[in-house]
Amino acid sequence: MPLRLLKYAVSREHPAPRFFRDCTEPKKTYDAVIIGGGGHGLAAAYYLAKDHGITNVAVLEKGYIGGGNTGRNTTIVRSNYLTPEGVNFYNASVKLFEDLSEELDLNLFYSNRGHFTLAHTDSAMRTMRWRAEVNKHVGVESYVVGPDEISKACPQLDISCSGQAPILGALYHAPGSVARHDAVAWGYAKEADRMGVEIFQSTEVTSIDVKSGKVVGVQTNKGYISTNRVLSAVAGFTPRICEMVDIETPIVIHPLQACVTEPMKPWLDTILVSGSLHVYVSQSSRGELVMGSSLDPYEIHSTRSSLDFVEGLTSHITDMFPFLGNVKVVRQWAGMADLTPDFAPIMGKTEVEGFYIDAGWGTWGFKATPISGKTMAETIARDMAPDMIKSFRLSRFEDYELTGEKGAASVGH
Amino acid sequence: MKLLQCPVNGIRPVSEFTYGGEYREMPDPDTCSDKEWAGYVHYRHGAPGLKKEWWYHGPSGTWFIAERNTLTDKVSRTYLYGQENKA
Repeated sequence: MPLRLLKYAVSREHPAPRFFRDCTEPKKTYDAVIIGGGGHGLAAAYYLAKDHGITNVAVLEKGYIGGGNTGRNTTIVRSNYLTPEGVNFYNASVKLFEDLSEELDLNLFYSNRGHFTLAHTDSAMRTMRWRAEVNKHVGVESYVVGPDEISKACPQLDISCSGQAPILGALYHAPGSVARHDAVAWGYAKEADRMGVEIFQSTEVTSIDVKSGKVVGVQTNKGYISTNRVLSAVAGFTPRICEMVDIETPIVIHPLQACVTEPMKPWLDTILVSGSLHVYVSQSSRGELVMGSSLDPYEIHSTRSSLDFVEGLTSHITDMFPFLGNVKVVRQWAGMADLTPDFAPIMGKTEVEGFYIDAGWGTWGFKATPISGKTMAETIARDMAPDMIKSFRLSRFEDYELTGEKGAASVGH
Repeated sequence: MKLLQCPVNGIRPVSEFTYGGEYREMPDPDTCSDKEWAGYVHYRHGAPGLKKEWWYHGPSGTWFIAERNTLTDKVSRTYLYGQENKA
């Protein structure tokens, strides 16, 4: 160990700077208040400061930053969706992700792996061809491959799935990647803080003050803050926040569970997803297999884990990889997924002036972190949603103009 | 929740049941506005609390109502549709 490091063992001075200031007392007033210190909220704060010069912003987080669904997803970034609106949107996000480590000056462990969505039935193959054509049309590199190409990319995979559900082909998506999810939140927090945004942890919003249809402030457990622009980026807590401003949404909360195995030597290069077997799996840079399955079958506002989930998931994983039978699951957890009926997010303005919503991220939120932050920042700064997210507006349900997005994770076709 | 009381078959494992969503009163389609109808079709009471919900017992083909707290996942009572006061 170099001597210059050794001296810090006896010193109170620490050489590593904190990522962001430890803010405790909010000011009386801010230009904008962001509820929710997850990836989406912090990204919105970052782009408000960077793209629009609005730095008098407070991010209020009830727990700790990145402790919600940002730190609970399976870290997959991809854009092989089904609707042109969705593909364009998620593709813009992938493009931002590719340069994000450099932009935030933090290693996000962004790792391009290639992504296979396995098809076990003729109808699934039909959907894969459909998605491939939409993707190609929008300029995203996705195409249908046969069992031989899948075996070449992942020789460990039992193509017959133990005879249970033989794989007929897959949608291959070259840009599919994984990233370290906590680091995305930390990176955005660090850079937003550097530009003047204040981040408050353990700070809960208890009510939102609306006067004649306009937001005028928020009440928190650390006092009242007056502001005329509020962004709600709270995923599973969206219905509770919307109740405060009396806005109706179609969002229902179902837990989405995930788990990791003990670490292994690297063997799984790609990301594999099977809609029919309800499995998605990748290997983290630490060597763990990160695995997820489908949503819990009924509404609960809870992050409890269940044995049913690991039983179901591991039975399907061992159909695909019989040699994993002796590998141990070491952790499992859940996040509260805010689901919409059309599997597309809800973004933009609401009928309450100055209240903006970034919600309905169900099982597809992490990959959208950069682009949702960027587009929501623009929406807040200009009080007008950019064209890219117009089809995700809340009023689409009243207009009967849904955005049927069935390329989302853990959605059957 | 591991067990659920079916009003016809008694207490059964929750794996025998299917969730049917929140119970909602349908507005009269002849008299309600398009906005009200859109609200009925799409919007839900997503905030946690005690709710009336549809549940289905698969093996016996029984639809019924459960009153369940969606925060604690505790069911306070179950009954067949229209028999709320008999239960």
